[in-house]
Amino acid sequence: MHELSVALGIVKIAEDETKKANATAVELIELEIGTLAGIELESLNFVWPAAVKDTVLENAIKKIITIKGKAKCIDCDTVFGITHFYDACPKCKSNFKGILKGKELRVKALEVV
Amino acid sequence: MCGTCGCGSEKNGVVIQNPLEIKTHQHEHQNHEHHHSHEDEHTHEHTHDGHSHNHEHNHDGHSHSHEHTHDGHSHSHEHSPHKKKVLEIEQDILQQNDIMAARNKGYFEAKSIFALNLVSSPGSGKTALLERTLKDLKEDLSFYVIEGDQQTLNDANRIAAVGIPVIQINTGKGCHLESDMVYDAVKKLDISDNSILMIENVGNLVCPSMFNLGESKRVVIISTTEGEDKPLKYPDMFHTSDICIINKIDLMPYLQFDLAQLKENALKVNPHLQFFELSATTGDGMEAWYQWLKESRITLK
Repeated sequence: MHELSVALGIVKIAEDETKKANATAVELIELEIGTLAGIELESLNFVWPAAVKDTVLENAIKKIITIKGKAKCIDCDTVFGITHFYDACPKCKSNFKGILKGKELRVKALEVV
Repeated sequence: MCGTCGCGSEKNGVVIQNPLEIKTHQHEHQNHEHHHSHEDEHTHEHTHDGHSHNHEHNHDGHSHSHEHTHDGHSHSHEHSPHKKKVLEIEQDILQQNDIMAARNKGYFEAKSIFALNLVSSPGSGKTALLERTLKDLKEDLSFYVIEGDQQTLNDANRIAAVGIPVIQINTGKGCHLESDMVYDAVKKLDISDNSILMIENVGNLVCPSMFNLGESKRVVIISTTEGEDKPLKYPDMFHTSDICIINKIDLMPYLQFDLAQLKENALKVNPHLQFFELSATTGDGMEAWYQWLKESRITLK
């Protein structure tokens, strides 16, 4: 259940940024989570209420932007969508690829008051 | 907020100790109030409840169709007395862990310490492999060990029995080591230059994959008693590892285990993986692994 660590990481960022902005609470938090980031959204949603309790995020709306996996084949340069790390290049079947997108795990923006 | 179990304590439940300094195992959970007695505090004035941005704007005649998908972040609606501010921060959530990992890595590099992060599911033989390696090589190489487990000093005691400096990190309910725990443990170990640091992670094939500890190489261990489709089932761990050790090969005659298939699956997830097939019990195949350890440590300098 590393999602709890992740949720607490989000809380830490939100607390720090809210303080820096001289605000008191977060109304909306936007997260960018790639499909290859290793986060189970269900687990994250499950731990969320416990993680944000008594923090600036307690009443915040959580908006998750999912980023789909994208890779570039090292052998033939084809750019293709991937859902698993083991997806091979659709053109040349090579497993050698660079991950271009999908590993994001970011707090994109906060709307504070 | 507890970083490990989510309870309201300030301490995060992680305990880092040297087995040689601890005689009795004390469960000091005083600060750990696992009973959320928040019943009385639930009088939060939810005056912010309305902020789901359903501005209806029926301004008698003109029909403002504010779509409010928040994509453009152009919130200039001054409908409420308090000011809203949008902070575009674009921050990595694991940044804190990565920063600490970078500090660890810098320390290891400065001292030519070859640090390995050993990861696997429980029972694949991480500690047995470690014990055997330490026993066989301790005359040639200088070793230090950090043991990560949720509970007990058992593994640290096994390592201490071999005569190797070891620190046990008990993560409490935590399912993986994080770089700040390793940072604290390393401070206690006082590692000499040109050593090998073995960090045995919590037995878990999922969570530790996300947490860089600052290691030089990540070593995933899988045993022949596990399925050959494990790399496909737990791709993150195999994707982030450099070395794959296949342990318990002495049991192969008794198992329906397809070694070639396992390797093929692992290479699909990570074509750069380097394999060692061995048995920590019988010693078969250990030589190649030892050779790699020795060479890797030297090439570090």
